Amino acid sequence: MTALAQGHLPRPSAIGRRGKITIGKILFGLVILLIAVYLLFPFYWAVRSSITPDSQMYVTPVQYFPAHPTLSHYGDAFANGTFLRALLNSAIVGISVTVLSLVIGASAAYALARFNFRGRGFMMYLILSMTMFPQIAILSALYQMVNEFGLYDSLGALILTYLLFTLPFTVWVLSSFFRTLPSELEQAAYVDGANPFQTFYKIMLPLATPGMVTTGLLALIAAWNEFLFAVSFEFSPQNFTVPLAMFTFVSQSGSSYSVPWGDIMAATVLVTIPLVALVLIFQRRIIAGMTAGAVKG
Amino acid sequence: MAVVEAGQAPVVAAPPTKPSRTALQNKQTMLAWILLAPSIALVIFIAAYPLGRTVYNSFTDAAFNYSTHFIGWTNYFNLLRDVEFRETVFETFKFAFITVPCEFVLGMGIALVVNSRFPGRGMMRAAMLVPWAVITVVNAEMWNLMYNDTYGVFNDILERLHWPGAPFAFTSDATLGLGAVSVIDIWKTTPFVALLLLAGLQVIPGDVYEAARVDGASAWNQFWRITLPLLRPAILVTLIFRTMDALRVFDLFYVLFGSAPCIPGNCLKSMAVYAQENVVVDASTRIAATHYGGIGYGSAISVGIFIILAVVVAIYVKVLPLERS
Repeated sequence: MTALAQGHLPRPSAIGRRGKITIGKILFGLVILLIAVYLLFPFYWAVRSSITPDSQMYVTPVQYFPAHPTLSHYGDAFANGTFLRALLNSAIVGISVTVLSLVIGASAAYALARFNFRGRGFMMYLILSMTMFPQIAILSALYQMVNEFGLYDSLGALILTYLLFTLPFTVWVLSSFFRTLPSELEQAAYVDGANPFQTFYKIMLPLATPGMVTTGLLALIAAWNEFLFAVSFEFSPQNFTVPLAMFTFVSQSGSSYSVPWGDIMAATVLVTIPLVALVLIFQRRIIAGMTAGAVKG
Repeated sequence: MAVVEAGQAPVVAAPPTKPSRTALQNKQTMLAWILLAPSIALVIFIAAYPLGRTVYNSFTDAAFNYSTHFIGWTNYFNLLRDVEFRETVFETFKFAFITVPCEFVLGMGIALVVNSRFPGRGMMRAAMLVPWAVITVVNAEMWNLMYNDTYGVFNDILERLHWPGAPFAFTSDATLGLGAVSVIDIWKTTPFVALLLLAGLQVIPGDVYEAARVDGASAWNQFWRITLPLLRPAILVTLIFRTMDALRVFDLFYVLFGSAPCIPGNCLKSMAVYAQENVVVDASTRIAATHYGGIGYGSAISVGIFIILAVVVAIYVKVLPLERS
C-alpha cells in the first residue's frame, strides 16, 4: 500500500512513459501480476478441476494441471437432469424478474425523474428504503405469505420476492439516467401535440435503452445469484435454481471423497462463463450502473 | 390507492404560475401517479406489509401449521438470554471486522494501481469483474474444494513449504473456519470495492495533483491530504454498503458450514443463518431441541438483526459525516 501510494499514485503518467526500465516499473509490474493471479487463480482452479479425471482428483501431491485432461465431467453435467432443470428455472426466474422490474421500474423512474409533483421526494425515499432493509428482516412474513398464496415450492415465489431487491436499484439507476436526457425532446413532443404518456412511451423510453440494458443486466445477475429466498421457498429438485442445485450437489454427497468435484466444477464453469462473458461485453455499462446506484453485487 | 388520491388533491389546488400550462401539468401529475402505482403497490405488498407482519409475528408463538397466540415480549426476553443467538452475533461482527477493513485496504490499493496508466489496464479492469460475476454459492463450493484437508490446493502448497501443522481442516475448525470464510468474501467483493473507489478516484481532476507537486508535496502527503478527503463520499458509501452486506451474510456461512449447532467457542454461524433456520426449518424439531424456534421466534431474531443494522448505519453516518464540517 505504502509503496503504491508513494511510487505511483501522484504520477499516473510516469508508468506509460517510454524509456528506461526502472526498479519501480518492475515492482509495479509484479504488483499487477500479483493482483491478476489473486483475481483469477480460484477460477483457474475450477477449470483445472473440471478437466481432471476422477482418478487424479483425490490424489496427493495435487496436480496443478492434470496429466490427462478430460471433458467427461462436462458430459456428466449435461446429463444431469437436476442441473439442466436448474439452468432452465434460473433462466425463467431471471428473465421474468428482469422484464418485470424494467417495466415497473422504468415507469416509476420516468415519473420521478421528469415530473414535478407533490410527494415526489417522499416516493423516491420510499422506494429506495426497500434496498436498505435486509432480506432476512422480512423472511418470516414472506415465508407465510408464500405459503398462503400457494406459491411455496414454485418459481412464482421467487419471481415475486426477487423484485424486492431488483426494483429499487432499477428505479434509482434509471431515474438518474432519465435526468440526463435533454428536456427539449419532451417539449418538442408536447408542441407536436403528444400527450405525456405518448411522450414517455414513444420518445423517452426508446432513448433510455442503454440505461435499461445496464439495469436489466444487474437485475439478471442479482436474480441469478440469489440463494436465501431460493433455499427457503423451494423444496423439490425440479424447482431448484442454479445456486440451490449447486448447493445440494455438495451437501447431499456423503464423505468428502464421494463429492463429485469434477462434475461440480464443470457445472461451475458452465454457469460462470456466460455471466463472465456478459459482464465483459457490457463492462463499461455495468461499472457505470454499479457506481451510479452504488448497488451491491 | 389512497396514496394516489391524496397526492393529486394538492396539485389541483395549487395556484398555477403559468396558467397556460396547468392542463399539461395536471395531465403530467396524473400520469406520474399512474406510472408510480405498480411500484407503490409492490413496495407495500412485498416490503412494507411483510415488515409490519414480521414485527407482529415477533410478539407471537407462530410456527407453521400451529395455532398462534400473542405472547407479548416473551420472544425478546428469550432472545436476550439465547446463548446461541449471542454467539452468532459475535461471529457475524467478527466476520465484518475482518472482511470490511481488508476489502477496503485491498480495494483501495487495487483502485490506485488501476487508476494509473499501464499496458493492459483495460484487461485488468475486466479481470476485476470476474470474481464479482461468480455466483456466491458456486464461489463457496470452488473454495471449499481448494480448502479440502487432503486434496485441496492450499494444504498442498503449505505441505510443500513444510508449514508446521499442515494439513489444516480449514472449514471445520472454528478459528480457521472464520478465516476461511472471510478470505472467500474478501476475494469476491474486493474488486467491487475497488471499482466503487476507482469511480471516485477518476473524478478527481489531475491538476490538483499537478499543483501539489509544484508545491513540493510528497506522494504520501498527496494521498492523505488530497486523495482521501476528496474520496470521502465514495468511501462512506462503500463502507456502509460493505458493512451491511457483511452483517447480513448468509450464503457463504450456510454453504460452507451448514447449520451445525453453535456453542460458545465453537460457532460457525451467522445471524442470518440462525434467523433463517428458525423460520424455515421444521419448527417442531427445533422447539423440542432448544425450546426456541418457529416463525415467531425467528421473527424476533430478524427484528433484532434489523435493529443492529440500523444502529451500525447510524454510527457510520455520525462518525463519518458525508460533508466535511
